[in-house]
Amino acid sequence: MTVFTASGFIGRLWRRATTAGLGLALAAVASTTAHAQLRVDISGVGATQYPIAIADFSGAASSTSTPEVIRADLTRSGQFRLINAAGANLTAQSSVDYGSWQSRGADYLAYGTVAQNGGQYTVSYRLVDNVRKSELDSAVFSGGEAEMRRIAHRIADRIYEKITGVRGVFSTRIAYVLQTSNGYELQIADADGQNPQVMLRSKQSIISPTWSPDGSKLAYVSFESGKSVIYVQTLANAQRQPISNYKGNNSAPAWSPDGSHMAIVLSMDGISQIYTINADGSNLRRVMRSPLIDTEPNYTPDGQSLVFTSDRGGSPQIYKVPAAGGDAQRLTFSGSYNISPRVSPDGQQLVYVTRRNGAFRIASLSLGSGSEQILTDGPDDQSPSYAPNGMQVLYSSIQNGRSVLAVTSIDGRVRQTLSVLNGKVREPAWGPFTN
Amino acid sequence: MSSRITRTLTIAAFAASLAACSSVPLDQNGANGAGSDSASAGQVMDPFNPQSPLAQQRSVYFDFDSYTVPEQYRSVVEMHANYLTSHQAQKVRVEGNTDARGSSEYNLALGQRRSDAVARMMKLLGVNANQIEAISYGKERPKAQGNTEADYAENRRADINYQR
Repeated sequence: MTVFTASGFIGRLWRRATTAGLGLALAAVASTTAHAQLRVDISGVGATQYPIAIADFSGAASSTSTPEVIRADLTRSGQFRLINAAGANLTAQSSVDYGSWQSRGADYLAYGTVAQNGGQYTVSYRLVDNVRKSELDSAVFSGGEAEMRRIAHRIADRIYEKITGVRGVFSTRIAYVLQTSNGYELQIADADGQNPQVMLRSKQSIISPTWSPDGSKLAYVSFESGKSVIYVQTLANAQRQPISNYKGNNSAPAWSPDGSHMAIVLSMDGISQIYTINADGSNLRRVMRSPLIDTEPNYTPDGQSLVFTSDRGGSPQIYKVPAAGGDAQRLTFSGSYNISPRVSPDGQQLVYVTRRNGAFRIASLSLGSGSEQILTDGPDDQSPSYAPNGMQVLYSSIQNGRSVLAVTSIDGRVRQTLSVLNGKVREPAWGPFTN
Repeated sequence: MSSRITRTLTIAAFAASLAACSSVPLDQNGANGAGSDSASAGQVMDPFNPQSPLAQQRSVYFDFDSYTVPEQYRSVVEMHANYLTSHQAQKVRVEGNTDARGSSEYNLALGQRRSDAVARMMKLLGVNANQIEAISYGKERPKAQGNTEADYAENRRADINYQR
């Protein structure tokens, strides 16, 4: 068994936030949990679904929430079919009747116990394969009440990885901008949209939040000074500093995979062009000279190349160029409007926004074969970003006239809506693995 | 739209006549020089005086998917360029805008093409580059909030903003 403690780091991180002036506030996250909770709706069914039963956990009163969070996580992935486990009456020490669970249709079974000792909880979990009649995993986690959701997400991550062979993303986080009548909030939430926290409030627009590869910082563009300036904010202590404030616009930050550099877009020489800088803002270097717009750079996972949007060919299309500069190669050829590229974690494909028949839709492109797949229906889907395991894509969407965050599986079969209750939600970015 | 163009043309014609006789040394301190730049017809050439054409005619509107200054707004840019060449301590910010369709970043770049087009024309007309900063708000600060074609047209715009 492995023992984990989910307390500590995150709590410290939020509590150390401070406040700043200039008509914007850095929110101490623990004390300003955002009002709007995100609601999850799911439509569509994945091609292959693993049948799994998640039994109720025995023990303490709060033991009911743990399996519920695990069930919701696995369902949301679209890759699991939940088998009713009512009446299982299992503890972490129980021996399992594999045959009876298999006959219920559950190839897999997870169960466990939540033990309470004062304000501390100990969560013991086991995962078995009823077909092979063997234990796949077991672990013990401990933490306070505030860590219980996080522990459940980590158990769901373990279940997901043991069964699919792919690392789970349930305990990762997302960043996005919430626009309300009062202004703009840069928020961070869990991957299921729960537990939203405000990182920055501003009367002026905030766009293009992007996570550092280690998940410790966000870079973003703020218009608080009256024009676009790139800031980097450390999440642990809420310290922020302008990292690029040149003449004209400073926008579209993208971290290199090793975190040492950023690609940015400046208009100091006229129209928008791509530059690289060191992560501390030093060593500004122009990547190439383009006659027209170059923007929205994104590093390939090997750090050797940038994909970006350019209208150099007469319409906005996606190109690729060596990060050190050189000849750009056009990647998209379908349609007259393809923007906002993101490279998949394995470097094999892109997602981007394409305009087809007046609708902005999320599409993916295989970089090997060049084949394109339209993943969403529009009419105004924007800002796609990959989950760190490459299995899903987060984007902003207008659904029934409402502004929402949505997630699609990379085959477009399973889509879910993370629905904000008040305000316009924009510019989502899925954070990296952090544990 | 048509009334805006008519008014622009009227003022532009006036500005052109102004330009022809404005070799008089003008007050370098534009911010406090209300009245000192007034021309013979009583027009105040002071960007901070709300009655001045410099304050009233600050916007250049662009056609759909276009990033060149339309012919009918050339005179507006000329009027500001004339003022700036004779007030070299005065700085302006040219702010490009777009309609709401498409990504924030790509619209930021498109708005910059508009502000850059105005800034380039000003520089060609003799304004020092260090007097002008061309920036973009993209779709972040829509003047018209709706989603009609008229709203979109209102937001395809570059504004000339004098810095105090």
